[in-house]
Amino acid sequence: MSVLLQGLLYIVLAPILGGLLSGFDRILTARIQSRVGPPILQPFYDVGKLFSKEQLLVLKSQSIFVIGLLISMIITGALFFAQQDFLIVMFVFSLSGVFLVLAAYQIGSPYSFVGAERELIQMLAYEPMILLIPVGVYMAIGSFSIQDILNSPDPLFFQLPGIFFGYLYVLTIKLRKGPFDLSASHHAHQELVKGITTEFSGPNLALIELAHWYENILLLGIIYIFFAPWPVVAVLVAIGTYALEIFVDNSFSRVKWDLLLKSSWWMTLILGGGNIVYLYLVKQFPALFSF
Amino acid sequence: MSVLSKSPWVIHYDGSSCNGCDIEVLAALMPRFDVERFGIINTGNPKHADIFLITGSINEQNIGIVKNIYEQMPNPKVVLALGICATSGGIFKDCYNVYGGVDKVIPVDVYVPGCAVRPEAIIDGVVKALGILEKKREQDCGGNCSCSGEGAC
Repeated sequence: MSVLLQGLLYIVLAPILGGLLSGFDRILTARIQSRVGPPILQPFYDVGKLFSKEQLLVLKSQSIFVIGLLISMIITGALFFAQQDFLIVMFVFSLSGVFLVLAAYQIGSPYSFVGAERELIQMLAYEPMILLIPVGVYMAIGSFSIQDILNSPDPLFFQLPGIFFGYLYVLTIKLRKGPFDLSASHHAHQELVKGITTEFSGPNLALIELAHWYENILLLGIIYIFFAPWPVVAVLVAIGTYALEIFVDNSFSRVKWDLLLKSSWWMTLILGGGNIVYLYLVKQFPALFSF
Repeated sequence: MSVLSKSPWVIHYDGSSCNGCDIEVLAALMPRFDVERFGIINTGNPKHADIFLITGSINEQNIGIVKNIYEQMPNPKVVLALGICATSGGIFKDCYNVYGGVDKVIPVDVYVPGCAVRPEAIIDGVVKALGILEKKREQDCGGNCSCSGEGAC
């Protein structure tokens, strides 16, 4: 299968898989709370409904940023699944986060503004770890290309366990799960009204949700590359990770922003930084580690 | 039935209720009744909501707030007056500061009487409101419902 086709497949299939994943998420959450929960297609009903609603705009330009968010998210994922350069993928990924913050910032509504501020703090918390992944990958296999990662004989996980677990820690922030769900208050619908998405209604809100589905599939794809030589294990680990995130989401109350920032930076430093220092020592002084 | 009635998101506002009806609204949202089975989600944001639940009568203090919430909701939308105070003013009808029921200020689609209104009645009212939501959507589209919103029709 050509890499171009894989990129196109992502563009077509990611919203379907992402929506199903979201439906699975809501059912599992309901079961944890002793409820029956919605049908698995509920996220599609929600997005379909939002598209059929009236578009209320505070500023016309807010649509542009939302479309920017969706397009940059699709480009990120398509580049990733078309096995391009990992570093470029991560930079475009950051851009999509910036679009959402700008969309919420410019409106001037206090709830939207606080949501955007918190989203920036979340970005501060997760970006260092996200950027350490390509660094670690380069030190392990000497290339940023995702094609080379997929062709490497051994799973990256054995060289980058620290980076993998550090990534799991910040993944909670990226998936907008508790205890780190500060900016959008995905489950606590009353807190901050709806944070960063307060001022978006109808089709714009549907586009933000769609971008989130694309993002979730990409995030699970990054887990896949840690176990790339064993595809079945990799898919199982990705699904298991998502289930774990749902359990964590339902087990912890929300933390304050300073704990979020401090804990993710410490995790990044200890797990991510420690892993990279270890890799450096192994590559530079192999004699030290040949017992 | 379109997707509209499969995902009704509600917003709840307490007018000048004694809190009896509010507690019943929250009871209807708890795991025992599990309204998320029908896709119902309690949002705190009028811009995301389709159904406006009001408990309690309208008075001088909240008249502007109720109008504001109603106007911030995107079309199509329905309003439910929950409890006897919201439907007609109830025992507070003759108070000097009370205007009366919610329909004095904004158009009400479903009246759910009761003091306090039962969770089963609330869910029944919301299900009835879904039919009205469908009709409103068809009116908005002028019978041509293949088009999406955004004033395209």
